[in-house]
Amino acid sequence: MSRNRRRRIASALFAGACGASVLLALVPLALILLYLLQKGIGALEWSFLFNNPKPVGEPGGGFANAIVGTLVLIGLAATFAVPIGVITGLYVAEYRGSRFASLVRFAADALNGVPSIVVGIFAYSVAVLPVRRFSALAGGFALGVMMLPIIARTTEELLRLVPETLRDGALALGASRAKAAWSVVLPAALPGILTGILVALARVAGETAPLLFTAFGNRFFSTRLDQPIAALTVQIYTYAVSPYEDWHRQAWAGAFLLVVVVLALSVIARLATRRLERMHGA
Amino acid sequence: MTAGTLTMPELLRPAVRKPEVSPAFAVRIETVDLDFFYGKVQALFDVSLAVPEKSVTALIGPSGCGKSTYLRTLNRMNDLIPDTRVEGKVLLDGEDLYASGVDVVALRRRVGLVFQKSNPFPKSIFDNVAYGLKINGIGRKLELPERVEHALVRAALWDEVKDRLRAPALSLSGGQQQRLCIARALAVEPEVLLMDEPASALDPIATQKIEELIYELKTAFTIVIVTHNMQQAARVSDRTAFFMMGRLIEYDRTDKIFTNPGQKVTEDYITGRFG
Repeated sequence: MSRNRRRRIASALFAGACGASVLLALVPLALILLYLLQKGIGALEWSFLFNNPKPVGEPGGGFANAIVGTLVLIGLAATFAVPIGVITGLYVAEYRGSRFASLVRFAADALNGVPSIVVGIFAYSVAVLPVRRFSALAGGFALGVMMLPIIARTTEELLRLVPETLRDGALALGASRAKAAWSVVLPAALPGILTGILVALARVAGETAPLLFTAFGNRFFSTRLDQPIAALTVQIYTYAVSPYEDWHRQAWAGAFLLVVVVLALSVIARLATRRLERMHGA
Repeated sequence: MTAGTLTMPELLRPAVRKPEVSPAFAVRIETVDLDFFYGKVQALFDVSLAVPEKSVTALIGPSGCGKSTYLRTLNRMNDLIPDTRVEGKVLLDGEDLYASGVDVVALRRRVGLVFQKSNPFPKSIFDNVAYGLKINGIGRKLELPERVEHALVRAALWDEVKDRLRAPALSLSGGQQQRLCIARALAVEPEVLLMDEPASALDPIATQKIEELIYELKTAFTIVIVTHNMQQAARVSDRTAFFMMGRLIEYDRTDKIFTNPGQKVTEDYITGRFG
C-alpha cells in the first residue's frame, strides 16, 4: 500500500514538473509578445502596414517597403535553397552508407553552425563585390545559404523515416533506384519536408546579420532584384538605433510584426502538414 | 495424436479441389545448385528446384531455414542487401538471371513480389495499381484505366473499390491493402509471382480471400509462395518444397508431402513435432 502511494506521489511530482517546465518554456514567448505589443501599439495602425517610411516628424510613416522586402528576400532564398537542399537530403538519405554522404552530412552540420554574420560576409564577397552593388539577389543568396543545411538535414531525416518496405515495393515492380526514391519515397516524406521548409523560412525571416551588407536595406519601396531592398529586421535595427522617439515606436511595432509573421509561418506549417497527412490517409 | 488414428488428409483437406499436376511439367523458373551467402554466412546450400508453370509452389520450413532468402533470389531482391553473394544458377525460361548483362529492372517486371506486410504506396488506390505500368512506360493514358480495372478484378478487389479509386490506399483494411499490393504486382503482367507469407498478418477471413485468389491466379500465373502455415500450403499449393537449415530437404506434389513424406524430418515438421 505504501509503495503504491509512493509511486503515485512520484508520478504526480513528475507530471507536475513536466507541466511547470512547459509553462516556463512558454513564458518568454508570451512575455515577448506582450512587451512588443505594449511598446509598439502606438505605431500599429493600418498606415504602418501599407505606407512607406516618411521623413522624421511627418506622421503616417510605415513599414510596407520592409514587409514586401522580407517576402521578396525569403522567396529568393527558398527558390535557391529548396531544390538544392531537398536533392542534397535525398542523396544523403539514399547513399547513407557511403563515405561521401557522411561527408556531406557533416558539411551541412558545419554550415548550420556558421555564424550568420559570416554567412553575410561570404555572400558579400561572392554576390556583392563582383558587381559592386548591394542587391536583393545577394540578400536572398545569403538567406538561402542559411536555409540550405536546415532543409538538407530535415529532408534526410524525414526520408529515413519512410519504411524500407515502400522502396522495396517500388523496386519489386521494376522501378530503378532513382525512380523509387523520386516517385515513392520522396512523396511519402513530403508533408514533413514541407514543414521543414516553412520552419527554415521562418527562421531566416528573422535574420539580420546576413542582410546588413547584402540586401543593405532601402528607405524606399522596391521590388527590383538588382537593387538594395528593405527587410523587416534591418529596418527595425536602423529605426531602433535612431535618435527619434517616433522611429523607436515603429521599430517596436516592426518587431511585433516580425514575430507574428514568424509565428504565422509556423502555424501554417503545422496546418499544412496535418492536411497533407490526411490526404495521404496516414 | 498417434500416427494412423487421424490422417493428415482429414486435417488438411484442401478448401478447394486441386487438379493433379502431371509429373512431366513445363518448367517456368528453376534453380540449379544455388548457394547464397550473407557475407561469410552461407544461407542456402545447393538448392535445385524446378517450378512448373501455371501452378502454385509452396516453400515451407522452420524460421531461418532460408525459404524467404530463396524466394528473393528469384527476382534478385537480395541484390539490395550489401555484401551478399549468389552461386549457381537461377533460370527463368532457361535464361540465367544472374548472368552478366541481365537488366535487373526488366527482370523484376517479369518476376513480381508480394511482401509479407502489405506496403501500399501513400497514393490513391488507382495510382498504386498504375504505378508499375507508368514506370515501365506501358499503359498509354487511354488504356491505363482499363488495365488498372483488369488488375483489380483479378485481385478480387474491384467490387470493393470501384467507387473510390481516388481514395488513399491507406484507407483500405489490412486484407484489402494486401490484395491491392497483389493487384499492383499483377498489373505489369509478370510471368512469375512470388509471395512472401502474404497472409501472415491477416485475419482468417482476409486470409481465406487471399487463398481463394491464389487459387484463381494460377490459371494465368506461375506462383511461388512462402508460408509458415502448413494448412495454407496444403490448401493452396500443387507442389511443396520443405527447407531446413538452408537445404532443400524434400520437394514433391503437395498431397504426397502431406500424406506420405519421403523424409522423416519432413513428417516431423508437418506434424508439428518441431517448428
